[in-house]
Amino acid sequence: MKRHLITACLYTAITAIVLGVGYPLLITGIARLAFPAQASGELVWRNGVLVGSRLIGQPFSGDHYFHSRPSAAGSGYDASASSGSNLGPTSKPLVERIAQSVSSEKTEAPVPVDLVTASGSGLDPDISPAAALYQVHRVSSATGIPEETLRRLVAAHITPRQLGLLGEPRVNVLELNLDLGRLSENKPNISRSQTNP
Amino acid sequence: MTVNGWLQIAVFFALVLLTTKPLGKYMARVFEGRRTLLDPILVPVERLLYRMTGVQREDEMRWTEYGGAMLLFSLATMLLTYVIERAQHILPWNPQHLAGVTPALAWNTAVSFTTNTNWQSYVPEQTMSYLTQMLGLATHNFWSAATGIALAVAFIRGIARREMKTLGNFWVDLTRATLWVLLPISIVLALVLVSQGVIQNLRPYATAQILQPQTQTTTGPDGKPATATISTQTIAQGPAASQEAIKMLGTNGGGFFNANSAHPFENPTPFSNLLEMFAIFLIPAGLTATLGEMTGSPRHGWAVFAAMALLWFAGVFTCYWAESQPSPLVHGVEQRASLNQAGGNMEGKEVRFGIANSALFATVTTDASCGAVNSAHDSFTPLGGMVPMVNILLGEIVFGGVGAGLYGMLIFVIISVFIAGLMVGRTPEYLGKKIEAYDVQLAMLYLLIFPLIILCLSAISVLSPGFGLSALTNQGPHGLSEIFYAYTSATGNNGSAFAGLSANTRWYNITLGIAMFFGRFLMIVPMLAVAGNLVTKRRAPASVGTFPVTTPLFTALLTSVILIVGALTFVPALSLGPVLEHLMMHAGQVF
Repeated sequence: MKRHLITACLYTAITAIVLGVGYPLLITGIARLAFPAQASGELVWRNGVLVGSRLIGQPFSGDHYFHSRPSAAGSGYDASASSGSNLGPTSKPLVERIAQSVSSEKTEAPVPVDLVTASGSGLDPDISPAAALYQVHRVSSATGIPEETLRRLVAAHITPRQLGLLGEPRVNVLELNLDLGRLSENKPNISRSQTNP
Repeated sequence: MTVNGWLQIAVFFALVLLTTKPLGKYMARVFEGRRTLLDPILVPVERLLYRMTGVQREDEMRWTEYGGAMLLFSLATMLLTYVIERAQHILPWNPQHLAGVTPALAWNTAVSFTTNTNWQSYVPEQTMSYLTQMLGLATHNFWSAATGIALAVAFIRGIARREMKTLGNFWVDLTRATLWVLLPISIVLALVLVSQGVIQNLRPYATAQILQPQTQTTTGPDGKPATATISTQTIAQGPAASQEAIKMLGTNGGGFFNANSAHPFENPTPFSNLLEMFAIFLIPAGLTATLGEMTGSPRHGWAVFAAMALLWFAGVFTCYWAESQPSPLVHGVEQRASLNQAGGNMEGKEVRFGIANSALFATVTTDASCGAVNSAHDSFTPLGGMVPMVNILLGEIVFGGVGAGLYGMLIFVIISVFIAGLMVGRTPEYLGKKIEAYDVQLAMLYLLIFPLIILCLSAISVLSPGFGLSALTNQGPHGLSEIFYAYTSATGNNGSAFAGLSANTRWYNITLGIAMFFGRFLMIVPMLAVAGNLVTKRRAPASVGTFPVTTPLFTALLTSVILIVGALTFVPALSLGPVLEHLMMHAGQVF
C-alpha cells in the first residue's frame, strides 16, 4: 500500500498540472484566437463606453423602456451574484410578488407569465415575444413613437428557434432598448426624460 | 406540452441512441488495451506518466488492492483541493482578491468535488479564485469521473472474467479513462461551447455603465428607508468553458457560476443547452454498450439500456407535463403556451429554454448523477420537482453518473436475477455465473446504506429548529422537500439542490460532507466486493432453466424491481413533501 500512496501523490501532482493548468490555458489560447468576442462575454460598447453584455440582462423601469423580467440576482441583475428566487410554488412571498407585479401593469389584459416571474440565473437577457408586444402600448404612450413602428421594431428583434427547432423564440431586451433609444434620438420632438418611479 | 417541445426531446434522445454503440465499442477497446486511432499520440504520454509515477502497467490487482489504490488517490486529490481553497488568497490568478475559504466550507467543497457530487454551498463568482476553479475544482471533474469509469470497468471485468482473482489495474484504468475518453471529448466540447458564447478568459470582472440607472429604496439597519442609485453592472468573467465541458461530460455538475447552467455565460444558447444535456448521457449510455461488448452479450447491454430509457421517458413526461400546468395560485397572468411564449411555470426558468428544455434538463441531470441545473428546481411545481428527487432516490441508475450509474444498475440486475431465481425455484445465474447468498447480501448492503444516510440526517435536521429548520427559505411541506432533497442529492452524489436551503452553515456543511463521503465510498466497498467475488466463479453453460438477461421480460422485471425498491423506501417521505404540497396548492393554501 505504501507504493500506492507514493503513486497517488505523484499522480495527483502531475495530472493536476496537466488538467488544471495545461488544459484550461490551451482552451483559453485557442478561444482567444478563434472566438475573441465570445470568449470575453459578447460585451457591448457604445461611443467607447462599455454598456453591458449581449448575454446578460439589465434592469429597466419606468414607461420609456421595455422591461426585463424580475431578477433575484443580488439587488437585481447583479452579474457578480447570479441566482434565482428559489421560492417554491406554494410560497406566500412568491404569490404576493407576482400579484404585485401584475397590479403594477396598467392594462387589463393578462400579463405574459415570463414578465412577472424571476429567471433561474437572475440575469436572463431575454423576454418572450409575447412579453415584448405586451409592452408596446405603454412604451408608445410614453415616447410618442407610433405603436406600429414599435411592433415592427419588436418583430425585427425576435430571435427565432435555433436551427428552426431548438429553444424558444425570444427578444433580447438590451438590444431592443438600444435600438429604441436610436429611434427616439431621431425624433427630436420627443422628450427623453429618464424618469424613475 | 407542445409538438415542438416533444420534437426537441426526441432529437436529444436520438443523439444518445446513435452514439451509444460506437462510443461503447470504443471504450471497450480502450480498456481491453486494443488499438485505437488515438494511440500514436497518447501511448507515449501514457508511458511517460507511468514512468514518472511508478506505475507497473502489467500489475493486476485484487478487489481490495484496487479499492485501496482508489481510496488513496481520492484522499490525495481531496487534500490538494482543501489546501488550494484555504490558501487561494496567496496564490496567483485571483484578480478579484478573494479571501481564503473557511474550514467548514473548504471541507464540504473538497469532499463534494472528490465524490463527483459537486454540491455547492457557496456562490462561486464571489468565493473561488480562477486558480481554485481550474486547479482545485475542474481537475476533480476529470479525476472523479475517471475513477467512476475505472470502477465500472472493474465491475464489468468481475462479470466477464472467469476463475480469476484480479479486476485490472486501477492506475491504468484511471489513465486510459482520462486520456482516451474524457480529455479529447472535453477539448472539442469546450471549443464548441465557446463558439456559442460560453466565456473563457482570465481577466478581472468587467464594469459596465448600464443603459438606465436605477434608483432603489431599501430599508437600512436603523429601519429608515435609504435610496441608492445603481448605475453600473459588475460582470463576472473567468475560464468557464474549459470547466463547463468536463462538468457535463464527467456528470459532475459544479457550476462555474452560482446559477450553474442557467447562467447565460455557462449556457448561452439552446444549442449549447442541447450539447450540455447530451454530454451528460454520452458516456453513461455508452458504458451500457461497453458492458455488452466486454461480457460478450451485446443484447444484455441493450436490455439494460432499454430499462434506463423507459425510466428516463417516464421522468421527462411527468416533469414536462407538470411544469406546463398553470399555477392555480396566481391571477391575471397568461400562463398558456402560444406561438409567442412558452407559458407554464416560468419562475426559475430562462426564456431561451422555456418549459420543455428545462424539464428535460432537470430529468437528465438527476437521472445521471450530474446535478448541473439550467433552471431552479426549488421553484418547480410540486410534482415537477418530485421528478428530479425520485430520479436521485432510485439510485441515479437511469444512465447514471459516469461509471457509478452502471455499477449501481448492475447491483439492481443482481437483485433482479435473484428474484427471478426465487420465482422459478432455481439458483439464480447472471451471464453464466451463479449468484449466491454472499453476493445478494452485499448487494442489499449497497442498497440499504443509501436510504439510511438520507433518512437519518433528514430526520435530525427536520427535528432541530436551531440549526436544521433555520436555513429554510420555504415553509410548509416545501420546507421538508428542501431538506430531504439536500441529503438525497448529497448522498446520491448528485449535487443539484432545492437551493432555497441556505446550506452554508456549520451543520449543513459538515453533515452534507459526511453524506457525500459515505454515499460514495461506503457504497463502493460492497460493490467492489461483489465484483471480487464474481470474478472467481466459473461460467456455467446456459440451460433451459436459465433466466435470460437479454429479453424484454428481463427489462420489465429490472424496471419493476427498481421502482418497487425505491417506492418501498421513500414513499412516506415523498407523501409528506411534494405530494402533500401538490394537494395543498390545489386547495389554495400558501405558506
